[in-house]
Amino acid sequence: MRGRARWLALEVGATAALVALLWLWTDANESYAVAPLGDILATFRETWLFAHVGSDVVPSLLRMFAGYGLAVAIGIAGGFLLGSSAVADAIATPVVSFLRAIPAAALLPPAIVLFGIGNTTKIAVIAFVCCWPIMLNTSDGVRELDATLLATARVYGFRGARRFRLVILPAVSPRIFAGMRTSLSIAVLLLVTSEMVASTNGIGYFVFQAQQQFAVQDMWAGVLLLGLLGFGLNIAFGAVERRVLRWHVRPDGTN
Amino acid sequence: MLEVVGLSKSYESDGRVTRAIERIDFRVEELEFVGIVGPSGAGKTTLLKCMAGLLAPTSGRTLLRGAPVTEPPPELAVVFQDYSRSLFPWFSVRRNVLLPLRNKDDVADKAAVADEAIRAVGLGGFEEHYPSQLSGGMQQRVAIARALAYQPRVLLMDEPFASVDAQTRAELEDLVLRVREQFGVTVILVTHDIDEAVYMSDRVVVLSGPPSTVKEILDVDLPRPRDQVATKALPAFAELRARVYAEIMQRGDGPAAAAPADAPPASSAAPGSRA
Repeated sequence: MRGRARWLALEVGATAALVALLWLWTDANESYAVAPLGDILATFRETWLFAHVGSDVVPSLLRMFAGYGLAVAIGIAGGFLLGSSAVADAIATPVVSFLRAIPAAALLPPAIVLFGIGNTTKIAVIAFVCCWPIMLNTSDGVRELDATLLATARVYGFRGARRFRLVILPAVSPRIFAGMRTSLSIAVLLLVTSEMVASTNGIGYFVFQAQQQFAVQDMWAGVLLLGLLGFGLNIAFGAVERRVLRWHVRPDGTN
Repeated sequence: MLEVVGLSKSYESDGRVTRAIERIDFRVEELEFVGIVGPSGAGKTTLLKCMAGLLAPTSGRTLLRGAPVTEPPPELAVVFQDYSRSLFPWFSVRRNVLLPLRNKDDVADKAAVADEAIRAVGLGGFEEHYPSQLSGGMQQRVAIARALAYQPRVLLMDEPFASVDAQTRAELEDLVLRVREQFGVTVILVTHDIDEAVYMSDRVVVLSGPPSTVKEILDVDLPRPRDQVATKALPAFAELRARVYAEIMQRGDGPAAAAPADAPPASSAAPGSRA
């Protein structure tokens, strides 16, 4: 416990020192591109607490979670299909390898042509790109299901939906979560990219517009918000993962 | 109550046929404890899987109380060697033991049966623990409790103590001997450990191999209850283990010289005809 407190003190102290350095440097810097940190924080408070929450933050989050949710559903369903059928896997592998190799940003122009600049474009692009890590992790997990585990389920009469819910899904869940974690950062990335290219609101749109209008403080405040958003999402994801996989002991012995 | 009739299993891969077990015949009586012992890689696990209905034999069959086994029947439970892969790590000890009982309509108070089994293996108080919080020996106790709570007529054990240390091993051997009487269950134990097979069994089926054939079936007339020190100090114990050892080492000079190992099981080649 003492050791832990010491590490925590080091983390907090180092972060505070970095922020203080940044504060001094941005204060002293004359460049128009660099706004003093104090001004950025003031702008942050004016903009994001909570004037632009309804107009920009909420639409962004809704798009992201809609796209991410779709990706999770498609990824898990597809992963189980590919993992349990060698034929499906053989048919799909070349296609999947190609589709997931397309750079995500390159999908935006065709998506805009197909779906316009509304929510559909962003949701579709996020879902499309984010489903692959989940699908491939899930199918690997299904293929790696342990023979003794499956034999045990058979001996003790686990069949059909019960077998899936109580044995198969929990056994694959660490792999599903690994895919979901990768996809979550991709989702944030694509949300911002798509909002910069094709949108009339959202955090990404806000940052892009601020830059176009030389509103440097607004721009930095937006970047700060996105950083905090990604940081918060990772922490929240970790908390959910620890809760759902609390039984799981990783190969290195940590929970 | 359990009959193995002409059981053979061969695997085919890349056009090559590997014969794992060949024309295995033996029967197990009600409440009997039968040890199946043979050299490593002799197809003991294949035999057990065929008997459990987990693997379809190439020919022959297993009869459980007269009925052919094609799928694992509800009257049968299996304890596997690898407890860490056999227990469900996402469930507590209690849920691991309790959940299979959903399959058993004849068990009235399932929760009570599960708790009794957990106590019988000495894990009372650990009901809410997860398997990863327990030692290897304790995890195998959970697997044994799960098998007992399932209230099988036949319990198949596949090298159940091969992954625990020597002292835990002795403890678990005695635990199984104790609870099989308490729960009234017929046990078939597959092991490569000759001492263990002789110590625990009423009869020992000695396999040769590979491919596995039945070399001999020995009666073990040691008094019960067995004791790790007293039983193993008996001259009869030493004699039995020497006989099994001689059979497995494919030597004809043991106390009970039998047909050479590489002779076809149906024929009886003369001693000394081995290469």
